[in-house]
Amino acid sequence: MTVPHTGCKLPLSRRAGWMTPPCARVAIKMCVLRHRATSLPTKEDMFDSLSDKLQGALEGLKGQGKLTEADVERAAREIRLALLEADVNFKVVKEFVSKVKERALGAEVLESLTPAHQFVKIVSDELTALMGATSTKLSFSPRPPTVIMMVGLQGSGKTTTCGKLASFLQKQGKSPALIAGDVYRPAAIEQLKTLGRQLDVPVYDEGDQVDPVDIARNGVAWARETGRDVAIIDTAGRLHIDERLMDELVRIRSQVKPHNILLVVDAMTGQDAVNVAQQFQEKVQFDGVVLTKLDGDARGGAALSVKAVTGRPIKFASTGEKLDSFDYFHPDRMASRILGMGDMLSLVERAQGAVDEKKALELEKKLRKSQFTFEDFLDQLEQVRKMGSLQSILGMIPGLSAGKLKNLQVDDRAFDRIQAIIHSMTSEERRHPEVINGSRRRRIAAGSGSDIQAVNQLLNQFKQMQKMMKQLGSGKMPKNPFQMMGM
Amino acid sequence: MSYNWAEVFRGVDAAAAVGPLATREERKRGWFRQLREGLTKSRKALQDQFSSILLDKFDEDLWERVEEALIYADVGVDTTISIVQRLEQAANAGGIADATQFLSVLRAISAEHFCAADTRIDVTAQPAVILMAGVNGTGKTTTIGKIAWHLKELGKEPLLVAGDTFRAAAVEQLTEWGRRVGCEVVRHDHGSDPGAVAYDGIAAARARGADVVIIDTAGRLHTQVNLMRELEKIERVVKKQIPEAPHETLLTIDATTGQNGLIQARLFKEAVNVSGVVLTKMDGTAKGGIALAISHELDVPIKLIGTGETLDALQPFDAAGFTELLFDESLLQG
Repeated sequence: MTVPHTGCKLPLSRRAGWMTPPCARVAIKMCVLRHRATSLPTKEDMFDSLSDKLQGALEGLKGQGKLTEADVERAAREIRLALLEADVNFKVVKEFVSKVKERALGAEVLESLTPAHQFVKIVSDELTALMGATSTKLSFSPRPPTVIMMVGLQGSGKTTTCGKLASFLQKQGKSPALIAGDVYRPAAIEQLKTLGRQLDVPVYDEGDQVDPVDIARNGVAWARETGRDVAIIDTAGRLHIDERLMDELVRIRSQVKPHNILLVVDAMTGQDAVNVAQQFQEKVQFDGVVLTKLDGDARGGAALSVKAVTGRPIKFASTGEKLDSFDYFHPDRMASRILGMGDMLSLVERAQGAVDEKKALELEKKLRKSQFTFEDFLDQLEQVRKMGSLQSILGMIPGLSAGKLKNLQVDDRAFDRIQAIIHSMTSEERRHPEVINGSRRRRIAAGSGSDIQAVNQLLNQFKQMQKMMKQLGSGKMPKNPFQMMGM
Repeated sequence: MSYNWAEVFRGVDAAAAVGPLATREERKRGWFRQLREGLTKSRKALQDQFSSILLDKFDEDLWERVEEALIYADVGVDTTISIVQRLEQAANAGGIADATQFLSVLRAISAEHFCAADTRIDVTAQPAVILMAGVNGTGKTTTIGKIAWHLKELGKEPLLVAGDTFRAAAVEQLTEWGRRVGCEVVRHDHGSDPGAVAYDGIAAARARGADVVIIDTAGRLHTQVNLMRELEKIERVVKKQIPEAPHETLLTIDATTGQNGLIQARLFKEAVNVSGVVLTKMDGTAKGGIALAISHELDVPIKLIGTGETLDALQPFDAAGFTELLFDESLLQG
């Protein structure tokens, strides 16, 4: 058969044993890379979540007991594409896909799962296994200070990460010190000192004219004398092929014998991540990886490659400019992210941390009585905001990642405006919005620094929300929870 | 590659150059060799990929390997598809007889995938305004230092604007570059409004007769809506003073970036009028293939390549030379 599309004139038949007419359209779109050119997808579907795509590829299979070879083949190609687009190294992809195929073939489809889910589960399990099943912690020396040395390429975020790690350790009751060993980049020392001031962590430096090896040795001695229990050494960013600088790292390592060497890797790194990691591994034998800039929309496939190739675990994940956006790395969540399945676990955890249970119970009661007021709304808004920026929360919801989020840009300041309007209402108005007449609206608008249109809009949205809440109270779920927020 | 820096800028009079342009020729050869050595070292895997390709006949397996080689160079799925399809057509038409020919056809086809727009940097206006943007850690400030140094050597008076008021010590870093280059830096306090710094920068350039204003901005992830709006605002502030400005908006992309680079470029382009890409940190990486994807899919010219930390480690971009580096002869040796 030939493809009824423009562009590719090559007969697909000679390589297309797997294709059958009913699924041809889907299959062409997603299969072997080249075939995709026959119906180039828009960017939007390119970043559709993998689970969506698999859903499409395997739909109609529900009820069948087993995944057939053709199904698996089709889904495997999809996985390959998703992993490549997530920047997982192509060799790792190859191995991985063949392993998944093997496991998926003939696997029993569990009663509760669709074949697509089953397949995603296999992939997710395998990915998690590949990244290390559990998160790994730092090793602390019984004789303080514990020395941690940070290494990595330029611009991967070493200096910022030093600050974040210090802040993280501080919260765990440690008293860290920072050592400024990057004497090459202009103002790197200044940057570390600024971070130190913000965190109230002492920073050791000897200016930029001294050998970093001496700075490291002196710095660790100074940390010991001043009673700090962790010493974090910042080093200059370097290319993995720069032998002079790599040697410098080796000298620092043999001089101060760090207990942990952490390689800082930018989540946006492409296929070269493997080379970088291998070179650093060869020269300085790092113990673990810090994955930075995870707050962008990068899938972070580099993480997977690094673990697969060097066997060293990802220990920390860093996500933002703020000093507290730093945490242990969770392989299972990363697996979901790479596959574009959102990060439900993280979301659940954040929600558990932020939402006051008692208030939630009260709210539920009110819902049943349909007495949802502006005060409750304000409460809810504040609880949601405690969970982090709305954008980051939305990013964690499966099926809402990347492409879709682009069309749903949420400005956190919109929340500020809503809050301001509600704050400008009297408590009577908040409890009984129906009393808000024209003159009250004018007053509220003036008080909140917005305009009448904005007030009207909020009141309308609130009315809709109350309706929706009534349905919710009576057991009928609204189709789209975001409609409640007027989005 | 074209190495004469006077040709890199539109609006520069080569005769007025004060720097040692004559010695540049020699240095370039050194640079080329150095870059290639670096690349050779880190591209073992790519070599393996190709050496196994080139001895084979044209079959399914071969095309898949070519695909993988391109993917490995971070060229990305869609651009890879497009290149391999054209390669296949060339092969089917009998245009590829041996491995050497294969390589040269691959290079030519890849080079054609770069956006064909003018790769020169326009500094004809007085003052000309260059706005630098990019994700954190891609080398904006360093690139600014290098561009300023070249302009100075070519007899233009640059003025730097410290618009990154966010990152700790970013202002100091730019000031240090200003000191090395010997040009003025307009700065405000840490945490102040970058739009205001940009405004003052242009006013200062006018008052003091500077030729080129280069505005540094804070690194921002393209997904941070508010920060992208801030960037739009800086552009607006500049436009209010000089309607045609910024005359260049350069986006720095780290050559080690993977497929995310494409999304970065797309979103930055949506926010501000990106006129060209500076591919940074090309020393030591086998790739920079993402530049090909960006240029091809978003129709933006690559204008400069950054190759290291030193002041002169910045090269004008040339598609033919770039693809030669991306797929060089060493690939033919097993």
